[in-house]
Amino acid sequence: MITDVVGGILLTGLTLYAALGGADFGGGLWDLLAGGDQRGRAPRQLIDDTITPVWEANHVWLIFILVIFWTAFPAAFAAVMTAAALPLWLAAFGIVLRGSGFAFRKEVETLHWQRLFGAAFAFSSLIVPFFMGTVIGAIASGRIPAHPAHADLAVWTGPTSLLIGALFVAVCAYLAAVFLTREASRREDHQLRQYFAVRAAVAGTVSGALALATLTEIHSSNPALFHGLTHRGLALVIVSAACGLAVIVFVTTGRRPQALRPLSVLGVAAVVWGWGVAQYPALLPGTGLTLTSGAAPHSVLVTVVVIFVAAAVLVGPSFLLLFWLHGRQLLEGENHNVDGAADNLRT
Amino acid sequence: MHATQVLAGAIGQQVVPARAQMATTLGFHIILACFGIAFPTIVLVAEYRGLRRSDDVAMLLARRWSQVLGVLVAVGAVTGTVLSFEMGLLWPGLMRTYGAVLGVPFGFEGIFFFLEAIFTGIYLYGWQRLPGWMHFCTGIPIAITGLGGAVAVMAANSWMNQPGGFTLRGGKVVAVDPWQVFFNKATVYETPHMILAAYMVVGFLIAAVYAAGILRGHRDRYHRLGFGIPFTIAAILTPVQIFVGDTAARAIAAAQPVKFAAIEYVTRTGRDVPEYLGGFYVNGKVYFGLRIPYADSLLVGFKPSTKVTGLNSVAPALRPPALTLIHLSFDAMVGLAFLLLLAGLWTLLVWRRRRALPRQRWFWWLAIACGPAALVAMECGWIVTEVGRQPWVVYQLMTTSQAATTNGGVIDSLTAVIILYAVLGVVTVAILRMLARRWRRGGPA
Repeated sequence: MITDVVGGILLTGLTLYAALGGADFGGGLWDLLAGGDQRGRAPRQLIDDTITPVWEANHVWLIFILVIFWTAFPAAFAAVMTAAALPLWLAAFGIVLRGSGFAFRKEVETLHWQRLFGAAFAFSSLIVPFFMGTVIGAIASGRIPAHPAHADLAVWTGPTSLLIGALFVAVCAYLAAVFLTREASRREDHQLRQYFAVRAAVAGTVSGALALATLTEIHSSNPALFHGLTHRGLALVIVSAACGLAVIVFVTTGRRPQALRPLSVLGVAAVVWGWGVAQYPALLPGTGLTLTSGAAPHSVLVTVVVIFVAAAVLVGPSFLLLFWLHGRQLLEGENHNVDGAADNLRT
Repeated sequence: MHATQVLAGAIGQQVVPARAQMATTLGFHIILACFGIAFPTIVLVAEYRGLRRSDDVAMLLARRWSQVLGVLVAVGAVTGTVLSFEMGLLWPGLMRTYGAVLGVPFGFEGIFFFLEAIFTGIYLYGWQRLPGWMHFCTGIPIAITGLGGAVAVMAANSWMNQPGGFTLRGGKVVAVDPWQVFFNKATVYETPHMILAAYMVVGFLIAAVYAAGILRGHRDRYHRLGFGIPFTIAAILTPVQIFVGDTAARAIAAAQPVKFAAIEYVTRTGRDVPEYLGGFYVNGKVYFGLRIPYADSLLVGFKPSTKVTGLNSVAPALRPPALTLIHLSFDAMVGLAFLLLLAGLWTLLVWRRRRALPRQRWFWWLAIACGPAALVAMECGWIVTEVGRQPWVVYQLMTTSQAATTNGGVIDSLTAVIILYAVLGVVTVAILRMLARRWRRGGPA
């Protein structure tokens, strides 16, 4: 069914945003926790280097998700945007602070301003994934009505929502620490590798604990979702747990560094798809809205598939080129220093 | 739709703050969008010149402009995201009914935005390690996708003015023809109008920066080239824009007669309709306006007997609000366009005579004024098209108050947006000025 395909496209977008955008958010979290100017200098530099040329491209996945959501499932989109308005506003404002803070920090020279913009970037990296998580939690726990007239705090402040919000933050931190561990070991910076390996292991453990806590909470509060996760979605839940454990082992022992990134991404992807499979075919659980009943007219769904194929053909290779150039350190933002050198030309 | 129903809808209290918020965020973002659309081309022209003629000055300009582009694209990316959120947060009624239709052009915009962001990452940070022409080539997709993104977003906006390509049954969209949605009747003139506006805004603004330098006595090649490249592009496009705008106005007279009547203060449908320049509209009367007999009929149909539809053709509730704002915005846009044309013609005449830029000081004052003038003209154009479409969000199908959120508290998000964007605007300008100071000092960037 084409509605299933489009649902899959939406989940694919979510997966890629969680993996790529999530790691960028996590970078901001580690920036926040990196300590004073002296102590935090090296990790902040590495975070900056890994995020700089890619964050905007990774960020577009969010736009992609929003557009596909409202195009393919407009009624559910309108319901979510009405019922969970407050956390979505806060996430949107956080996104503004984060992107502009990050871009501005690069350009200013004085420590004072760097601190201020850095703080805006780092703090919003914490709140955006949290509030987005609470919205996903609100959907998963079936608290979004099909025709909400007003926003309601109760929609997104339930225990499931708050746990998933916290889980999002932890997973972002985990992904970022894993990516940064890999990057540090590629640069043969053993001190930084160690620094981020410890953090990856801690964040991975915290994520695992939060995932277990969420599962326990869902067991009592939302039997339908729990049943979905432990039956239809069981394989995916196991995959994600196995990936998480393997990453924690590899990151602490220093073995198989090249497997770190794929394993951590696979683990996160398994969580996203596990959720999707568990609540299938419901779009907003607890309402009559399903992938089929909530879907846009057929021709629009076909257009969504065409857009996705076009994106895969055009955007996929472009992303690979960006990541390849970035991985080979051909995208070093040393524009600044060269400018000074070129100044004698101005005559 | 019945007029009383519209009035009942207008009682929805959130529509006014929701519109104010949309206007604030869109009016802010559109400036950055202009830079996203047009600036890459201007940077590439400088880089091309730098590579082709081994022109180090052009190369330096390209590098510095790309750093400015980096800041503006980052701010534009996040303010654009706010707009995607607002589509649902402020206008859930619109999205519930027409999300599937509006999503078609926005979906294509997504692809363009992806490619734009990816190649911007490569271009901005590839200056040092990528070989010259290869670096230049990584900028070409940014220029193309900037245009593609503009086409897609303008398709969505023009669809709201000339909706088509779908079937409604029982208030629900049951079938959609994506081609007709994307290539709707209004997109033919709205899209080129905006793309040209983007080139003019960016071209005149960047040129104004160097004009200020020249006025201060820096008549070196760096300033002349920094002025010349963007100014030439913008000045060449100005007459084209005036032609496109004129065509658009006539098309609006035919397709959205009430909007046109608001623009031109046409109270009653009739022939021999006069044109008003300036003036305030109060209770069906125009005060302090310069009245040119027959001119409006002439402009619409090239003869005085052309019939022009007036505001009286629809019930008062279906007329746009703030007629004075719409009319004065339109007049300001047209007037400023001719100011920009004048600056271009002046330069052309002097250049033809002696192959140099004008020497008169007040030419340079005019050149500085062209930057804000182009920006104001563009914003005025948006006021005309958006306020002029009211009370409709989807022309003649859905009113803005039916589209607005039923949530309270829009006034709070509006307040937050005004504060956040004011700070963002001030800081962005401050950062750009700081870069300029640093470059002037010639110290390490």
